[in-house]
Amino acid sequence: MPELIEILIRSVGLFLLVIILVRLMGKRNASRMIPYRFVTYVAIGVIAALTAANVIPNILSGLIALGVFALLPIALDYLSLRSKMVHDLVHGKEAVLIKQGQIMEENLRQVRLTGEELLSELRNKDAFSVADVEFAVMESTGDINVMKKSHKRTVTSYDLGKKVSPKAEPQTVVLDGNILNDSLTAIGLNQGWLNEQLESAGVSLDNVFLGQVDSSGELYLDLFDDSIQVPQPKVREELYASLEKIQAELMMYSEGTKDQEAKSMYAENADRLKYLLEKIEPYLLR
Amino acid sequence: MTVDSNLKQTIAGLKNVQGTLKVYSSQVSEEEAKGVYKEASEVTGQVIVDLENRLKKLEYEEPQYKGN
Repeated sequence: MPELIEILIRSVGLFLLVIILVRLMGKRNASRMIPYRFVTYVAIGVIAALTAANVIPNILSGLIALGVFALLPIALDYLSLRSKMVHDLVHGKEAVLIKQGQIMEENLRQVRLTGEELLSELRNKDAFSVADVEFAVMESTGDINVMKKSHKRTVTSYDLGKKVSPKAEPQTVVLDGNILNDSLTAIGLNQGWLNEQLESAGVSLDNVFLGQVDSSGELYLDLFDDSIQVPQPKVREELYASLEKIQAELMMYSEGTKDQEAKSMYAENADRLKYLLEKIEPYLLR
Repeated sequence: MTVDSNLKQTIAGLKNVQGTLKVYSSQVSEEEAKGVYKEASEVTGQVIVDLENRLKKLEYEEPQYKGN
């Protein structure tokens, strides 16, 4: 019986210790790990399990091994931050697989990748035809990243020569019916503002599952009760439309009046508004 | 509907637009957008002044319509 209790205590202790060690070893995506890290994680897991289950009876030897496998990677990480040579040695270098549209067979062989595997990885990156690929590289984690030929890339607003308004990240201000004060103050708003917005939308706070404010200060709401339709913010579209309407009215007045002075005044102001509409369009409609 | 009551409506609409633009220019966090909104509210302000002058002249010329 005392033996079982010993195993219990060991297990709990080692479990907590492993959690701390792994946290100390830094944030890494477990699915995209370079090989040596994978090995250390497995080693830590195995040593911890064996020690916990009393397969390694001497707990001290287990702890020492655990410490080595946790501390060495940390030391190596620091060294590779300092020295490029150590970094290349530990992490390995990335291999260029396709360059200027040409598959580099030599490099493929070096990283032991077959043609089929390369094609399947390219398809994964939405490049079904090798002719579309300008450049592909295998990172040290084994991931393959693809840069497509410029005429096959996704169109951006830059390509279209269109101006778009800058947008910062939205802030979540209500979650599960609770006001998140930190994010409210981060965008310079307060609860009074939020209450005002909720009132004008006609919903109560405890019915709100999620509320997000975008960088222009508009509030998006999602309610628990999905049968209620919340009026989604349309103020900018309306603003743009009314400005357009006013511009059209000015043109009409300019046509309608016989007074030469007034005619040119209307026309001039209509032009001003037209220029303004063009300038402000990206901010109001996108 | 007379000319100047139409014009009054247009001015009112434009003032409404200007107000919203002013609110935006104080609310938005990016400098660039702030500048654009500010400029827009200034331009609309100039247009409002021009239209109001025209309205005064109309009311002076045709006082029978005043107050509609």
